[in-house]
Amino acid sequence: MSFHDGKSSNQSKRLAQSAAFTIFRGLSFSVVAILFIILAFIIIRGVSVISWEFLTEMPRNGMTAGGIFPAIVGTFWLVVGSMLFAFPIGVMSGIYMNEYLKDGWLKRFIKLMTNNLAGVPSIVFGLFGMALFVNRFGFGDSILAGSLTLGLLALPVVIRTTEESLKAIDDSFRIGSLALGASKWQTTSRVVLPMAFPNIITGLILSIGRVSGETAPILFTVAAYFLPRLPDSIFDQVMALPYHLYVISTSGTDIEASRKMAYGTAFILILIILVVNLLANWLRKYFAKRVKMH
Amino acid sequence: MYHTDSKEKEYSIQTKDVHLYYGDFHALKGISVAMRKNQVTAFIGPSGCGKSTFLRCFNRMNDLIDNARIEGDILVDGVDIYKTNIHVDDLRKHVGMVFQKPNPFPKSIFENVAYGLRVNGTQNKNFIQERVERSLQQAALWDEVKDKLKKSAFELSGGQQQRLCIARALAIEPSVLLMDEPASALDPISTAKIEELIYGLKKDYTIVIVTHNMQQAGRVSDHTAFFFLGELVEFAKTKTLFTSPRDQRTQNYITGRFG
Repeated sequence: MSFHDGKSSNQSKRLAQSAAFTIFRGLSFSVVAILFIILAFIIIRGVSVISWEFLTEMPRNGMTAGGIFPAIVGTFWLVVGSMLFAFPIGVMSGIYMNEYLKDGWLKRFIKLMTNNLAGVPSIVFGLFGMALFVNRFGFGDSILAGSLTLGLLALPVVIRTTEESLKAIDDSFRIGSLALGASKWQTTSRVVLPMAFPNIITGLILSIGRVSGETAPILFTVAAYFLPRLPDSIFDQVMALPYHLYVISTSGTDIEASRKMAYGTAFILILIILVVNLLANWLRKYFAKRVKMH
Repeated sequence: MYHTDSKEKEYSIQTKDVHLYYGDFHALKGISVAMRKNQVTAFIGPSGCGKSTFLRCFNRMNDLIDNARIEGDILVDGVDIYKTNIHVDDLRKHVGMVFQKPNPFPKSIFENVAYGLRVNGTQNKNFIQERVERSLQQAALWDEVKDKLKKSAFELSGGQQQRLCIARALAIEPSVLLMDEPASALDPISTAKIEELIYGLKKDYTIVIVTHNMQQAGRVSDHTAFFFLGELVEFAKTKTLFTSPRDQRTQNYITGRFG
């Protein structure tokens, strides 16, 4: 055996390796390419529609002209409402699950149920929201009913994000705090939570992106087909971006004429989600730096 | 408080027939030992012999392990620490601990040392200020950090971080200091500093140190306990144990025949 006799048995080994990684590289690049194609498609067709009027005016002429202002406002309130509901409950449940609940059947059961909740199709959340919030609680088609339904949808994501962020904190910090006579709650609130905070906040913001693009849960609970005014209270119906997009692409009065408006709406929706994701990324870095300092 | 007679007062930690189980695993097998006040006791033995487990009994850190079960009596300064009316928070104030890997909190140097005071309800700013300074001096770290107390503790070197953790433990004025291989993750110079520190601290504290390093045990401790397979094989003055061990297993271990 020598290291340099040209045709050793290692040749086929190297060939297999470079073939494998060439394929993997190609595939992962194509994923990126697909994302860019989608973005380019929406941007090219949508960007020409964007104007000050499009962003700030009510839809007109059977939603073939004017703007999407009420849908932007509607989506904004739905996001705010659902997060007011899902953040506190989800974060507190996540803390309880990871910091307090001991391993055992109860923890496994709650985890299983949370995971199942995450797997429920969003249209089923919509149906449930209609039955419970709209009818049973008598909220009617309203921001309140829609926000609660969207909040339910976001809840498992928020719980899991919180849990995962807490799990990532090394136990040596908890043990170090407890060994100084700190209680479990002091340890959680003064050491563990501040460390986990950057990741928790990122997860929360990402769930905003998810919620703002959902259509099915708001279909029967809040979304208005056409409502060219802003809401007065949380018991008002609103238009919302994803549902508006659905309406003007499939069941508007003149689908061909509103096609442009649909691309404009899609562009705004994607833009919001991109901005939210970038913001999440930036905040995580910002807080991560701060936590180390204090 | 537990009844104490004058003889017991000389001892800081006394254990009687302590057994500990992790589920079915019998980790400590009937350990009885008494450690004097203001002395350094070293626990040595091969990995998995139970020395760290035994150390963690003294501040009830084993409580954190779900399936750990303990039998027998452990008295710390005369108080039975496994009695039901003991608050573990109070016990852990009384029995401080330093760990193998430096584990400062992601806070400033100052706040790391102040942490124990704050969680135990101290609010007086001047008092905290003074105690932080004194603790850092006791841990021989003051001169190196006095100009950057507001800087993150993560900016310190590993050896400095470990001394910070010692200062943090000292700030709440424990009477016993448990050290679980405190220098095993450090370079030789930092190790020497920690050992020097231990030597100086014993006039105020009772120290129990777990170590894999027999030279270290020889240098810093007054008494040494050799553990093997969950048993306390031999407990004697350090000098005696290293020069004329009574048990063959001790002899084998300290001469490097196993472990």
